[in-house]
Amino acid sequence: MASPEPGSALTLDDVRHIAALCRIGMTDAELERMRAELADLLGEVAFVQSVDTTGIDPTGHAVDNVHSVMRDDEATDPMPAEDVLLNAPLREGVYFRTRSVLD
Amino acid sequence: MAEPLYYLSAGEMSDALQRRELSAAELSEAHFDRIAEVEDEVGAYLSVTTNLAIDQARAADARLAAGTAAPLTGVPMQLKDNLNVRGTATTCASRMLETYVAPYDATAAAALTGAGAVLLGKGNMDEFAMGSSTENSALGVTRNPWDRERVPGGSSGGPAAAVAAGEAAFALGSDTGGSIRQPAAFCGVVGLKPTYGLVSRYGLVAFASSLDQIGPMTRTVRDCAIVLNAIAGHDPKDSTSIPAPAPDYTARLDAGVEGMRIGVVRDYFGEGIAPEAARAAREAIGSLESMGAQVDWEASLPNSRAALAVYYIIAPSECSANLARYDGVKYGYSDTEADGLWAALEATRREGFGAEVKRRILLGAYALSAGYYDAYYLKALQVRTIIRREFAEAFERYDLLATPSTPTPAFKLGEKTADPVAMHASDVCNVPVNIAGIPAVSVPCGFVDGLPVGLQLMGPHLSESALLQAAYAYEQSTPWRDEHPPL
Repeated sequence: MASPEPGSALTLDDVRHIAALCRIGMTDAELERMRAELADLLGEVAFVQSVDTTGIDPTGHAVDNVHSVMRDDEATDPMPAEDVLLNAPLREGVYFRTRSVLD
Repeated sequence: MAEPLYYLSAGEMSDALQRRELSAAELSEAHFDRIAEVEDEVGAYLSVTTNLAIDQARAADARLAAGTAAPLTGVPMQLKDNLNVRGTATTCASRMLETYVAPYDATAAAALTGAGAVLLGKGNMDEFAMGSSTENSALGVTRNPWDRERVPGGSSGGPAAAVAAGEAAFALGSDTGGSIRQPAAFCGVVGLKPTYGLVSRYGLVAFASSLDQIGPMTRTVRDCAIVLNAIAGHDPKDSTSIPAPAPDYTARLDAGVEGMRIGVVRDYFGEGIAPEAARAAREAIGSLESMGAQVDWEASLPNSRAALAVYYIIAPSECSANLARYDGVKYGYSDTEADGLWAALEATRREGFGAEVKRRILLGAYALSAGYYDAYYLKALQVRTIIRREFAEAFERYDLLATPSTPTPAFKLGEKTADPVAMHASDVCNVPVNIAGIPAVSVPCGFVDGLPVGLQLMGPHLSESALLQAAYAYEQSTPWRDEHPPL
């Protein structure tokens, strides 16, 4: 991916790359449709680039009175393992089961 | 009583319960009858929790008999289906969570059930709260009770429609970029988006964490204050929760608006705003002026025009991170046919998420990716600072700011589904509020061609009492709360 040109500069390969990063499987036809839709949306949000932000700090959190909250190191009862595993699609004993990572 | 039971306000229901003129069991029964009567036409619910409600109503009646009832004991409610309630489905209107059963309670939900409110069921919404019409629900269609050819708004379309149709006394919605206020306006009910951090987000399925807030959707302003009383306050389980006690939001409701300084944000009365919606909002502000408010009709927030663009960078960016958790391993939909870990992940997310959710995940990942981060995400956070400052400066001159709640009344089903950019524009009046983290309320201010429209009042951080005070003064001067949809 090259320079940050919004909209029309977005290529099918860009979208394929982003979809792979997001782990969302897509067919070529879906990728092409998504390219067109994302190009429209990038055109919409490009408006921010018209605002002069020289010397302006970013805002990540809009309310000022909460900073780096830490809880006290107190022991509490955790959620029981059976509750944690309640919705597991695949399980083995008290573990979530995944597909094999290596072939 | 002239009104059917299900159209009493939550406060009136509570009074009748406390006077023992009515039992919680009878009241929830009346609501289930109402749901059976109109739900085919409205479609406000994704699930109805009948057995739980019967148990909760019985417990409420015991509390009422013992004299230990709280203000909402026995009052029936709906919760948007992105709020966890232990042992019930919490689907977010997504195939991804269609079979998910919550193993714990959201703090706001627990506050209400702890106060004795009765859960009737969970409300339809746009999938993962991403949308403005509830048409992005993968699990059902909700229609506007005032005109079944039209959308209820979104993303909290189910809660808004349920409250308007008498299918619940009140509801909780969530508002990331207008998702309480816009459907409230479209359905003719009151909707409050509280200050960011006033209501705990613990147990609310995350969409965009720096913007999401839970809030009440009610038929009256007093009900809004009563529900806010129950859910506001510090929660150690939400690290962004404001560590301060919340006041009694009903205390100043009838204090009036004499001397209150209201700025009318002229940027939201022109281009892109239907003249009839603008006129209704102006007339409402005129009423406040006649009651003694000091109104400046020429207030302006020029930088808030960038809020929609800021929103459609920040919200998708945060959503791309939050929704990375749906991997088909821990909970939720899983494609168990696919071969190997990566193929299973890609198939699970392809099949589990709908089109709008995928668009936002990809848009956010793009805005955060190497080479684009500075131009999109960082830039949006800087413009967010400019918008916040603009509001802060405005609130040095005004106690409240006023706009129409929405650019138009409810639009037709299918009218905007093919054009995401046009759909996004229906939240243009609401989004700046989330960007700045401030509170805002939408209160019904009349009808345009038989469809409800709303007045939006915005205030500085933690100004909910003043917002509700002004909204109440206006509401009491109008007949709108007595109007009900033709069902």
